[in-house]
Formats: sequence, C-alpha cells, structure tokens
Amino acid sequence: MGSVFLGAVQSIGATLRIMSYNKVGFAGFIAVLFLLFMTFIGPFFVPLDTKTKVDQIYQPPSAQHWMGTDHQGRDIFSQIVNGGKDVIIVAVVAGALSTLIAVTFGTLAGFAGGQVDAIIISITDIVLTIPQLPLLLVLAALIKLNNIFYLGLILGALGWPSLLRAVRSQALSLKQRDFVEAARALDLGTMHIIFREIVPNMMTYIIISFALAMTGAIYAQVALVLFGLVPFSGSNWGVMLSLAWVRGAIYFKDSIWYIMMPVAAIVVLQLSIVTMTRSLELVFNPRLRSGA
Amino acid sequence: MTTVTTPLPDIHEKTVESRTHRFFHSYFLQKVLKALFTTWVVVSLTFFLIRLLPSNPVELFIQDLVVQYALPYHEARDQAAALFSIDLSQPLPLQYLDYMTGLLHGDLGTSILSPGTSVSSIIQRFLPWTIFSVGIALMLSFTFGIMLGLFMAYHREGLMDHILTVLASILSSVPNYILGILLIIFLGVRWGVISVAATRGTLSPGIEPGLTWEFFKNALYHAALPILTYVLTTIGSWMLTMKSSTISVLEEDYVTVAKAKGLKESRITSTYVGRNAALPMFTLLTIAIGFVVGGSVLIETIFQYQGIGYILLQSVNKRDYTVMQGVFLVITLSVIIANFFADILYSWLDPRIKLGKQE
Repeated sequence: MGSVFLGAVQSIGATLRIMSYNKVGFAGFIAVLFLLFMTFIGPFFVPLDTKTKVDQIYQPPSAQHWMGTDHQGRDIFSQIVNGGKDVIIVAVVAGALSTLIAVTFGTLAGFAGGQVDAIIISITDIVLTIPQLPLLLVLAALIKLNNIFYLGLILGALGWPSLLRAVRSQALSLKQRDFVEAARALDLGTMHIIFREIVPNMMTYIIISFALAMTGAIYAQVALVLFGLVPFSGSNWGVMLSLAWVRGAIYFKDSIWYIMMPVAAIVVLQLSIVTMTRSLELVFNPRLRSGA
Repeated sequence: MTTVTTPLPDIHEKTVESRTHRFFHSYFLQKVLKALFTTWVVVSLTFFLIRLLPSNPVELFIQDLVVQYALPYHEARDQAAALFSIDLSQPLPLQYLDYMTGLLHGDLGTSILSPGTSVSSIIQRFLPWTIFSVGIALMLSFTFGIMLGLFMAYHREGLMDHILTVLASILSSVPNYILGILLIIFLGVRWGVISVAATRGTLSPGIEPGLTWEFFKNALYHAALPILTYVLTTIGSWMLTMKSSTISVLEEDYVTVAKAKGLKESRITSTYVGRNAALPMFTLLTIAIGFVVGGSVLIETIFQYQGIGYILLQSVNKRDYTVMQGVFLVITLSVIIANFFADILYSWLDPRIKLGKQE
C-alpha cells in the first residue's frame, strides 16, 4: 500500500519537474490551479454578496471590499470568486466535446481516406461556413440556455471544424510512418492502429487542441452574454462584464474597478490556459525535453 | 516527415506541364462545383434557421407599438399589417421557393422593417466600411506579424524573442471585444487621447465621400480604434505562426546548401528563407480575408462603427429576416470564395496537393 502511494507521489513529482522546465508554462499551470481552487473551493469561504447597499456604490478597493463594490454596493470580490464556475464548466464541456469530435472523425478521415474522407471533409467545410451567430441564436432559443451544461454542448458542437482539419492532416502524415506501416503489416486492425498507434502520437496535439477549444468557448460564451444574445441569469464573469458595460459604468470614474475585475479574470484565465499548454507539451512529447 | 522540395528536372517540364494542365482543369471544376454546392446548403440552412428564431419582425414591431404608444394589441396589429407588405403566414416551402428564385435573379428582396429599402442597397452602403477598416487592419497586422515572426526566428532564444513571444501570446489570448472595451476605457475615457463620442459612426457629419484628403483623414479617424483592436488581437498569431514556419525552413537542406555556397546572409534571408516561410502564410491570409465580414460583428458593435457587422446585429435583434439573409449570404460567400482561392493558391504553390490524393 505504502509503496503504491509513494510511487504515485513520485510520478506526480516527476511530472511536475518536467513541467517546470518551461518557466512560462509552469506559471500558467500554477495560475490555472489557483483559478480552479478559487472558483470551486472559494465559494465555501466567500459567499456571494447579494445585498444592495445604496450608500456604498462604486467604492475603490479597501480592506473590507478587496476589489471594491459594484453599482448596487455589492462586493465585487465575492462575485469574482463565485462567478468563475459557470465559465470554466462551459469551457471544459465545450472543449471536451469538440476535441472528441475532431479527434475521432479527423483520424478516421485521415486514416480511412477515400469516400469516408470525402464525406467527412465536405460536412466539415459546410459547418465551417455556416455563420455561427444565427445558429447559436436559434439553438439558444430552442434549448433553454440557462443550463450551463447545454451551452457548453452547443459551443462544443460548433467548435470542432478547424480542429478536425488539423487532426486529419496530422493523421495523414502519421499514416506514412514506419511504425504504422509495421502495425498494418502485422494486421492489427483499424481500431488498434487508430487508438494505439496514431492517437497516442498525437497526444501533444490533442492536449493543445483541447486547451485552444476551451479558450474558444470562453471567448464565445462571454461574447454571447455581453451582446445580450443569450438570456443569462445568475452571476458569472460574463454577466458582470455585460452589466458593467450596459450600465455605462465606464463613464463613471469610480466604476473602473467594477469593469476591470471581470476583464482581468477572463483575460488571466485565457492566458493561463494558453501558456499552460507549453508545459503540457513537455509532458506528452518527450522529444521536446532534451532541448534538441 | 521531412519532405524536400526539389525543382523538377527540365526534361520532364513539357509533359508534366500538359498533364498538370489537364489535372488543373478537373481539379478546378471539382472545386467550383463544391463551392456552389456548399453555398446552396448554407444559404438554405440559414434561411430555415432564421425562421426558426423565436418571434418575428412583425410581432416585435407590434410589441413595440404596444409598449411605446400604449395601443391595444389588435389596433397595433392592424397598423402593422397595413405597414408591412410581407406575408409571413405563407407556408415556409413557398417562402423558400420565392427567396431562391429571387436570389437566382440577383434579387435579395427588400428590408422588412424599412419598407422600400432594398437589401442590396443596405449591403452596398455598409459593406465598404467594413472592408475598409478590416482590410487595412489585416494588411497591417499581416505585414508586421510576418516581419516580427521572421525576426524572432532569427534571434530565437534571445531576449527579444522571449519578450515578443510572451507579448504575442498575451495579445492573442485577449478576446477582441475585451480589448475594445479596454481601449475605450483607457484611451477614450481615462486618458482622453481620442474622443469616443466623436468617433462613433463611420464619418463625421458634413463630410462628403470623395477622393479628398479630408474625407480619407476623417474616415481613418473614425476607423482608428476598430483598426487598432483588430491589429493588436490578430498580430500575435501571425508572429507565432511565421516564427515556427521560419524555424522549420531554416532547418531545410537548401538553406544549408545556400550557406555553404557562401551566399550573402541578406540574400539567404530574403530569397531562400523568407519567401519559403511566408508561402503557407499566404494561404492563411486568404482564409483570414474570408472571415473579415463575419468577424466584424463584435468590434463594430463595441465601437458603434456602422459597418456590415453592426447592421447584422441590429437586424438580428429586430428580426429583419431579409436583411439578415442578405448579410449572411455575404458572409457565406466571402468565406467560400476565400477558401476556394486558398485551395487554388495552395495547389499552385505546391503542385503535390493536386496529384497527392492517392498518396
């Protein structure tokens, strides 16, 4: 028992050490951990402030209100802590779905070729060309998007085409490699070749695609909320930004903290996800580690 | 993985040329048919999608009358019926048939909410501003991105490379509408560098479009913030892509050979490295041009810049079906045409693509 535990700790330690080779990537990783901790553990310690205090609107940061107060005198810090959960869940759901679609059908298209490839690619081209905005609007109206999970699924269902193209071209080049040739000569079966030979070799690529799909989903969902295209209830970073913007908060000098905080939260989340991929690259692609 | 491009020997030039000529024709035809098919599918899809939207323009107008003038509902409905010539109670397939016949004759219909204004005249009025602002921005960010990317690849692992890489990743991960908000807050409101109120719209009142310096200056003044936002949010990815493209070219054998031959460094950089590294970038540029129209919605709305994206959001909110259809058609066509040219350009730059199907 003890040795298993020790082994797990050791392998985590080794992974962390590999990740720390890239300083910027590691910083991104730490920032992502911090944001996750803040949004999923934080709400237990910092409850959402919902009480309107007319005498305390647009206060600058102080010991009592770390990030100041909003247009109703509510604490911004508590909103930031409580407002990340939706954003991150949507991003993860959307990222996972579009990566799944892209990887499955991209490898299939690249590997199978012929008719299968032609059909998948034409569908991809069509989805890529459909203006996303009306599609999102219609889906938003047909399915109640107050449900975070559905919003994630919809964004994921629309976000895969460019990833699929990239995965397909990766699969096309991997198909030519000797080890795939060898697997085919041994008659290991298409499933084995795709999931045991090709996909593991694209792992770096898949992880990065996942991160990029997540940032894409964050971009889209905040935009939808900001421009009033989906009815959104609750409090999250997108809603905060939208409220601050719609209320013309920028024209009150004191309200700068109100609009800057959700902006900062969204930008930091995007940036740390993007930079984290550099460290993940090192973990999943051993060839990069030697520095050659 | 490493595929070395070697020029074909002269002897085969003739036969290869006639063969590629034939290939090009079938390839070309294939692409044209595919583009037409995609256009049809997307146009039909958007037609039905738009009609699936909750509420419709007339209903929204009636609601407006009820709220604004406190009219009873039936009176408002009568007024609306008298005002609009469109019959939305017609069965959908018939509406679709009407629309498609009109489209084939180049007729996009008239706006539902501003009767008498044709959709094509709306597009003609607003599209040039989007092309103007985003076009300039795309050129600027592409040119500077390529140059900086080349510079970074040559000085990789140096101090400047690290600074620029971090800067590029920061810039490309900030959503463009957020950067727009930040620019308005800081440049416009806090520091008062540029007056946000005065730059709204595409031209100041009293300025006539024409080939005058004054007109051009004013147009640029109004487009300055949108252009700045586009450039800052897109330059990062050009830089990073160009950098990695250049690094892979630097490892090619022909660069080593050129160095071994003792060619001048500047010549190697421009003719051997720069040109080959920039090739894939032009395909990306073609694709980016296609997204010019579709990508302008958010920025134009933030800055109240009256281009096609701004009109699109307005018509979506008011459910002006015909205008929406018209703008979506423009968006779809620009993406499809750009992709078409990207394919052609790519197959021209790299002939293996055309022949490489069975490879």
